Amino acid sequence: MTEALQQLVNGLALGSIYALIALGYTMVYGVLRFINFAHGDVFMLGAFAALFLYPLAGGQPSVGGAILVLVLAMAICAAIGILIERLAYRPLRDRPRLNVLITAIGVSLLIEYGGQHQAMLGKDPRTFPDLLPATQFSIGGAVFGSHQLVVLALTLLLLIVLRFIVLKTRIGTAMRAVSFNPQAAALMGVNINVVVSFTFGLGSALAAAGGILYAMNYPSIEPLMGVMPGLKAFVAAVLGGIGNLPGAALGGLVLGLIETLVKATRWSNYADGIAFAVLILILLFRPAGLLGKTEVEKV
Amino acid sequence: MLKVERLFPKFSEALRLMKPTHNIALACLLALSLAGCKKSDENTSAATTIKIGEYTSLTGKEATFGTSSHNGTQQAIDEINAAGGVLGKKLVLITEDTQSKPGEPATVVRKLIFRDKVVAILGEVASSRSLEGAPVCQQNKIPMVSPSSTNAKVTEMGDFIFRVCFIDPFQGTVMANFAAKTLNAKRIAIFTDVKSDYSKGLAKFFKERHLANGGTITAEQDYSGGDKDFKAQLTAIKATNPDAVFVPGYYTEAGLIAQQAKQLDLKAPLLGGDGWESSKLVEIGRESMEGHYFSTHYAPEVASPLSKAFVENYKKRFNETPDALAANGYDSALLLADAIKRAGSTDGQKIRDALAATKDFEAVAGKITINAKRDADKSAVVLQVKDGKFKYLQTVAP
Amino acid sequence: MKAARSKLIVLATLAASLGVSLISSQLDPYFLDVVLGIGINIILAVSLNLINGYTGQFSLGHAGFMAVGAYLSAALTSFLAPRLLGAIPGIAATQVFFFAALLAGGLGAALAGLLVGIPSLRLRGDYLAIVTLGFGEIIRVIFQNMESVGGASGLHNIPQHTSFFWTFGLAGVAVYVVVSLVNSTYGRGFIAVRDDEVAAAAVGINPTRYKVTAFVLGAFWAGIAGGLYAHLKSSLNPTGFDFMRSIEIVIMVILGGMGNTTGVIVAAVLLSLLPVGLRELPTFTFNLAGNRIDLVWKELQMVIYSLFIIAMMLLRPQGLFTWAPRKKAGE
Repeated sequence: MTEALQQLVNGLALGSIYALIALGYTMVYGVLRFINFAHGDVFMLGAFAALFLYPLAGGQPSVGGAILVLVLAMAICAAIGILIERLAYRPLRDRPRLNVLITAIGVSLLIEYGGQHQAMLGKDPRTFPDLLPATQFSIGGAVFGSHQLVVLALTLLLLIVLRFIVLKTRIGTAMRAVSFNPQAAALMGVNINVVVSFTFGLGSALAAAGGILYAMNYPSIEPLMGVMPGLKAFVAAVLGGIGNLPGAALGGLVLGLIETLVKATRWSNYADGIAFAVLILILLFRPAGLLGKTEVEKV
Repeated sequence: MLKVERLFPKFSEALRLMKPTHNIALACLLALSLAGCKKSDENTSAATTIKIGEYTSLTGKEATFGTSSHNGTQQAIDEINAAGGVLGKKLVLITEDTQSKPGEPATVVRKLIFRDKVVAILGEVASSRSLEGAPVCQQNKIPMVSPSSTNAKVTEMGDFIFRVCFIDPFQGTVMANFAAKTLNAKRIAIFTDVKSDYSKGLAKFFKERHLANGGTITAEQDYSGGDKDFKAQLTAIKATNPDAVFVPGYYTEAGLIAQQAKQLDLKAPLLGGDGWESSKLVEIGRESMEGHYFSTHYAPEVASPLSKAFVENYKKRFNETPDALAANGYDSALLLADAIKRAGSTDGQKIRDALAATKDFEAVAGKITINAKRDADKSAVVLQVKDGKFKYLQTVAP
Repeated sequence: MKAARSKLIVLATLAASLGVSLISSQLDPYFLDVVLGIGINIILAVSLNLINGYTGQFSLGHAGFMAVGAYLSAALTSFLAPRLLGAIPGIAATQVFFFAALLAGGLGAALAGLLVGIPSLRLRGDYLAIVTLGFGEIIRVIFQNMESVGGASGLHNIPQHTSFFWTFGLAGVAVYVVVSLVNSTYGRGFIAVRDDEVAAAAVGINPTRYKVTAFVLGAFWAGIAGGLYAHLKSSLNPTGFDFMRSIEIVIMVILGGMGNTTGVIVAAVLLSLLPVGLRELPTFTFNLAGNRIDLVWKELQMVIYSLFIIAMMLLRPQGLFTWAPRKKAGE
């Protein structure tokens, strides 16, 4: 019983991290309709930014310091995201989406392998410092840490904030308009460039937040650390219905739970394969993801 | 139905329409590639140098291991050259990157042999990639010395293939005996990296010996190298209440595993192999590493003067403490240079014979004797993490 | 007339590759390794082009099909051939058996393609991409846990049967099959499905059938390429067939221009030659703020590769060798 409860906690904790990363993924997709493969790498840059900014926080685990580092790292990554969009994606906006996808893969490889060079971040894993004081809790024999609670709380908070931005603000309305029909939005006086830059900035800031929280839970960071979480978050976003914010959160949680369940059995050597098999099964029955709406093709 | 024009639609028109800049860029790329296909000039003459090839993973997922090994090798070559070289000639190390990818070793080893005309080859770190490079060396009768491929199959590839590290069966047995005799642990869980044959090999031989010692295996769980979250498997392991957990794998994961085991209140000590040995282990795992055990090649307390000098020089040059991979990389170059000296020639067959005749060779990671299977017979030490340092416990002879 | 000429070209390719094959023992084995690697990449790119380029189904699982063909054919030649051919000596028997093993590998991959093709009936775009990616990863995980073919340490000592003749002969046939198929009356349906599925269905083209055909045929050739790869490198490892390998092939197709066979072939050749060229560049050492930095070009291979992709996409987004009029937004 204790074991089952502990596994549930493990699954939710892992799932909320996937959910956090998937939010940024799905956000960019929702507006631009293209998969930003470099999301996982901005996630990695966020963790490294926090590592380099850590001395600013006074070198001691503290709540104030953690917030300062988090905000600064998010701002840096937002700037990087806007820059990437400006240089690599904007010139291709009128092109088929596959071109942008390939460019995104190129950007992703550039950040990963450029980062591995000894003049940049280097190949060796680095230890991520304690940003926040950590404590352990225990309920009914199941143990969980304060970091895991922070991740869950922040995921929920960001989900609410993002929903608010997208549904209630002016820029959010513009984002939805661009997503619905870019040409029509432009005709209505929406400045598409501003909206797209804003979306990328926001998405990259979310990635940075995800990277920092991930690094707090798993304090060993290196330039390729974003590859697997990026792929998992992509799967989570598609699972929930890509472009759908609550769907991404749900997809992340479902994926985390499935993975934990599989790994807890003696089939743990098939973990990666089974996660994908479940995904395929779900998509066969709900081709637009768990919460996605099937679009009727108009002729 | 097929038309040539369709196969090659308007190729000449295409070239005409292309912007000159594109033409130049393409032409450069083509020229560059073609240059790669013609025989390169002998820029260093064979009269004054001896060429040694090395293939290792300098980029990609396992770059951190390959780079450590390469740094050790490079240091050995530089020290040998500073001391006057071998047979009155300087050693030249030609390194090729396998990008941590399967398929690459066969290509780069062919390049080293046929383009660079090396006399012997060092590499790879990972057994799976050594297994790809070894047949090419064997076919062309070029001796190969692997620094840290521990899978028994590597040297079975042929009589030109050697290694300077010990093999999985030996290390697995050492840890199983240590668990049974010193720790008195009967019930043991095994936690393996499914992507790594090194980890799987150690797990297999550990299990065999542990069962032979009368112990039981409570759980067998797996992870994939590169994973960061191990809580699901550790929770399952904890439920079986083992006396100890064997975690063969690399320090990159072992540090995180120890940390998460502590968070889950899993009190059983963790046991590991030489993949754990790195200063990064304690940096990542911090206080949760305390009290865990692993086997490796040498311990600072019982190190020879040669090892001490190596550690000191390595620290000076690369600004970090050498790990087991760096020590093995260093030894592979040292052993090869010694064999060339003893052979008195750069002939492949003669180097091979000299390598095979290696006996009690004083290397950084212990005395090496090459046995009939071309594996290194050398002792292992068991260390325990104590106060953030590695504490020597015992030496196990082969 | 035209048909006869194209068959002549295929025959000429076969004859030429046989000719080179006979003198290949004289060639530098490194050169041969590189050139045969190019031939295999051509088959992979041309076959993916049928799925991605001509039929418009975005597949990220090509490496998975390749893995099926590679493991199946390698298992046949490594385990079955010694038993079956033990009594029959001679090169002819080995070569015939090798060809049969390649075909078996291709058929196995085609079966996998059929399995993947079925979900493609319901899914499109990114959802299809993720499902094909998932299939590729599942195939990799299965081989990783299959101890009979080596598991994580891989399958080794596969006989080296891949020759110039087999590689370029089969590459010639693959190109011929794909090109004549899409240029036939039947094959125009692939392009119709890509351009507008609803309109295609309205004029009596069965999109389902075309999609599945594309997957099966594309997978078959990927399986053949996998078999050639296995018998060239003489070892296989499941990690070599991860989704990055699939992406490499997708990049060849898009760089060459979707649905443009010549372009795709040229892109496959260029991208295969890039690492070869980089290996030849000397190390460049310079000082940066007192720190010695060695610029080892081959260590920058992936960086240069990624910059090349980005630059090509920005400069020639329609593909290296496509000169069709620009397509407008929303296409």
